[in-house]
Amino acid sequence: MVAAVVAEGLVRRYGTVHALSGLDLVVPAGTVCAVLGPNGAGKTTAIRVLATLTVPDAGRAAVLGHDVVRAPGLVRRSIGLAGQHAAVDDDLTGRENLRILGRMHHLGRRGAARRADELLERFDLADAADRLVKTWSGGMRRRLDLVASVVVAPPVLFLDEPTTGLDPRSRTAIWATVRDLVARGTTVLLTTQYLEEADRLADDVVVVDGGRAVATGSPDALKAAIGIRVEVVVEAGADLPAAASVLASWTDASPEVDEDGLRVGAVVVGSPVPLPEVVRRLDAAGVTALDVGVRRPTLDDVFLRLTGDPRTTGGRAA
Amino acid sequence: MSAPTAPAIAARPRPWTDGSAAAARVLLKLRHDPAGIAITLASPVVLVLVFGYVFGSAIALPGAGDYREFLVPGLFATIAFNVVPAMITMARDSGRGVVDRFRSMPITRVAVPFGQAAANAAYGLLCLLLMAACAVVVGWRIRTGLGPALGALGLLAAFQFAATWIGMYLGLVIGREETAAQLSVLVFPVGMLSNVFVPTAGMPAWLRTIADWNPLSALTAAVRELCGNPLAPTNGAWPLEHPVLATLLWTALLLVVFVPLATVRYARPR
Repeated sequence: MVAAVVAEGLVRRYGTVHALSGLDLVVPAGTVCAVLGPNGAGKTTAIRVLATLTVPDAGRAAVLGHDVVRAPGLVRRSIGLAGQHAAVDDDLTGRENLRILGRMHHLGRRGAARRADELLERFDLADAADRLVKTWSGGMRRRLDLVASVVVAPPVLFLDEPTTGLDPRSRTAIWATVRDLVARGTTVLLTTQYLEEADRLADDVVVVDGGRAVATGSPDALKAAIGIRVEVVVEAGADLPAAASVLASWTDASPEVDEDGLRVGAVVVGSPVPLPEVVRRLDAAGVTALDVGVRRPTLDDVFLRLTGDPRTTGGRAA
Repeated sequence: MSAPTAPAIAARPRPWTDGSAAAARVLLKLRHDPAGIAITLASPVVLVLVFGYVFGSAIALPGAGDYREFLVPGLFATIAFNVVPAMITMARDSGRGVVDRFRSMPITRVAVPFGQAAANAAYGLLCLLLMAACAVVVGWRIRTGLGPALGALGLLAAFQFAATWIGMYLGLVIGREETAAQLSVLVFPVGMLSNVFVPTAGMPAWLRTIADWNPLSALTAAVRELCGNPLAPTNGAWPLEHPVLATLLWTALLLVVFVPLATVRYARPR
């Protein structure tokens, strides 16, 4: 297994703030790694260090074996970067944006024009290609930004929160684009606040908090470790204790009871939860349940599990 | 590793290619913004009208010179000193991640600001020529000859190139388009603190010293001299006694200071 991206003990301080405090991560070639974490976890700083935009205070990082500090030129020849903002020119058309980048990649006028047409066609942006980008939707701009980072198809691609703030349809489109690139052998390191995004795209997930990795593993392993959340809504407050004791048999923590919402919830780790069995037991206990369901764990759940530290993630975790 | 159709990644640096692509980017944007061009061109015309006819009707020059003929070279200089467009453009690129994108690419990093400065200079030269045409309409004349007039144009273009570097550096430092736009109002007083609109002789001594040593004053005086337009009293200040030389020195100084500052700021990792 060849590592395309390696980071060891990366530290980066901004004044007294530790944006990175000893981040380790390894991305095998040809895989997708998702760096998952809330705002301020150090995700963007990590990408900036790996893309040679920021120099780390300590630790080392390498892309395809090239050290990001000692051989930044070689690193830049190996990477594409799509940042958090769509770094495309609003005052140019989509086609012009790609042509300029092609010329900067030394494809020549003709070569750049041909490559722009090809990319616009392939990623379904041809219809809007000759309109100024400022008239494009947010999702399309972000997609153009993504395409702009692969004008020369770099072997390693860094995507910093590629779908933050996008509607579900645009998000799906971005995911399709990323999958297309991965199918062609690109190694992708992406950051995200969405567990679902990591789940859909990544072979490996690195959960970061406070500038370091707090957990690493496949999405399945991570989900198994986090568990899923079972929720029961009852008709009458008097049924809450009985419902809680039913859920308690699947979890070692005591279920949370929300008296105002007439709701009992519990995080179940390990085995899948047999919903019919839950319903049967509630019935047997004489509980009238209005709703019984399982819910995907949120990033909050991830942090609760991994760090024992409940925290807000801006309410955007999917 | 990459798809068979994908072009290869550039193997060796080609600063000229990178710079000309950066220049093409600036010029392409201008082409899409006719309203912006119109405003850039309209503002000196408005200045000529406001100062030439409104203030000019009440301002009497020492000696017998015509105020509008005195004013026009100063307006040329003001336009050449306009650091605002380069500042706002660079602040926007910096704030929106365009600078980061370029910096993550295998390009000659310093070639990008050079390309942008060249494009700005080309555009600025065009603006100066159009403004000269407008000035002729309101009565400004070149009273020397083609050679000195071309010299004046060269001085203005060189100074404008230097001013672009100041603007780019400020834009990189500011890093946000909104802030840059707010700060741009501060540029106007720099123009007032000079001999552009009125002779400096009547100012209080301390203010007069500042105004006489303002690079804008030297440039203005140089253009007046080269075009044979009415001159303001020099008050014995060296830059105004030798305006052409002073302008060349100012231009060289600004370039020596701001080209390295801007390119280093552009290229270095943060």
